[in-house]
Amino acid sequence: MCAKAIEFQDVVKRYEHVTAVAGVSFSIEYGAVAALLGGNGAGKTTLLSMLLGLVTPTQGKINVLGSDMLRQRYQVLPKISFMSPYVELPFRLTVEQNLTFYAQLYGVSRARKMVDRLLAELDLLHVKKRTYGSLSAGQRTRVALAKSLLNSPELLVLDEPTASLDPDTADYMRGYLLNYRNENNATLFMASHNMVEVERMCDQVVILKAGRVADIAAPAALLGKYGRGTLEQVFLDVARHDQPLVKAHE
Amino acid sequence: MDQVKQSLLRIFAIHRRHYYLMRGSWPRIAEMFYWPTVQMVMWGFMNQYLTQRAEGVYIGAGMLIAAFLLWDVLFRSQLGVSLAFFEEIYSRNLGYLFVSPLRPQELVLSLLSIAVLRTGLGVGVAAWLAIPFYGFSIFDLGWALVAFFCNLIFFGWAIGLAVVSMVMRYGMGAESLAWALVFVFAPITGVYYPISVLPQWLQYISWCLPPTYVFEGLRELIGMHTVNMMFLSYALVLNLVYVAIAAALFLVAFRAARQRGLLLQIGE
Repeated sequence: MCAKAIEFQDVVKRYEHVTAVAGVSFSIEYGAVAALLGGNGAGKTTLLSMLLGLVTPTQGKINVLGSDMLRQRYQVLPKISFMSPYVELPFRLTVEQNLTFYAQLYGVSRARKMVDRLLAELDLLHVKKRTYGSLSAGQRTRVALAKSLLNSPELLVLDEPTASLDPDTADYMRGYLLNYRNENNATLFMASHNMVEVERMCDQVVILKAGRVADIAAPAALLGKYGRGTLEQVFLDVARHDQPLVKAHE
Repeated sequence: MDQVKQSLLRIFAIHRRHYYLMRGSWPRIAEMFYWPTVQMVMWGFMNQYLTQRAEGVYIGAGMLIAAFLLWDVLFRSQLGVSLAFFEEIYSRNLGYLFVSPLRPQELVLSLLSIAVLRTGLGVGVAAWLAIPFYGFSIFDLGWALVAFFCNLIFFGWAIGLAVVSMVMRYGMGAESLAWALVFVFAPITGVYYPISVLPQWLQYISWCLPPTYVFEGLRELIGMHTVNMMFLSYALVLNLVYVAIAAALFLVAFRAARQRGLLLQIGE
């Protein structure tokens, strides 16, 4: 097994006249919970999209679970998953139909059993016959999480996983994700604006600014380095320290 | 072999998704049958009127109904491809689809096969209803009907893939092409009249289009009861070229969308 779950090597992404990511290099260990922080336009969405193979980098190399994401994308995709409140599942399908469809798409063996287990664990059994479009934002997020766990991913990429959840559900989600990581030695890589969540969950924090890595360390190390009591203060220090180096685009 | 099996499973997964969608939405089911049936009824009456009243005008038994039904095969085929793709855009689901193991070529095959099923069902019901309504059965055309159907399905695929490629490149602003683009072929492929009525220069263009051979062949079959094998062969060869170009266009558009970061923004 490769030691690094994610490896960015001098990755650049330019869109015509805009540089969204300007030479990013970092790596995330297997089994880590890592956060990607950055202000609006810092390049987070572009970076996540490149990690998932939705966007091709202008230059540089991205290795995911030991494979080159540019050349071996379809070997990697069955082993990773993605969840975002900004991407939806088909509205007219029921929760059960959505999960069954994605289970088949990922080639999940014993799909029925897996779907039932996730529905039970994420407290969705009572809504399994309801259409996805009729659910509350919190329920949709849990269904999306269930979808993203169908293939038991080794790497789970999360874009603001608790953005639309009430504090109780968000807390449950964080606990569930950490438990999943512990039980499966999976790697979690999440973009988040919730600094408390990042402090609680993450072993490693990557701070992006204007398309570059401004800092990377464990949360406690960042607090010590910047002499701050919270990650939010660290984030503000980094965000307000300099003018952007390049015009960023997300 | 295992890869082929996995690939087929993913294609059937997309089928399953669309089956669920249709099963839970009666307007979608109704739409599939409504227009072919309404149009068949209208062209049936037109056919009856011209047959009985229009002296000096030769309208073979059921010629207009057959022409309409086959035209609708072309129209529904391209619409089937486009709509199956648009459903993913409408539901903002493309982001999850494109990070799943589903490959672009599997998505293409899913769209094409869904289009065949939708077309077969929609036009099939209208064709069946023409029997009690007008005493005309397009199924009497025999195996030639299968050849006509396949050729029109293939050309519909090519147009549908071209439309989807345009939408990937230009966003949903290009959505209206799904309803409009195919109609540019109606006047020049001789759906309802022989292409000999067209100006000579336009006829050269017509003979480059597979549906022209189908509709000319249909007139020959109904009028003279002969199957023009040459026409069917030309149509098939041309279709192979058009479908290959359209599939390449889709893959190029997909690659360009990845480079431009458009895959998550297609619906906007």
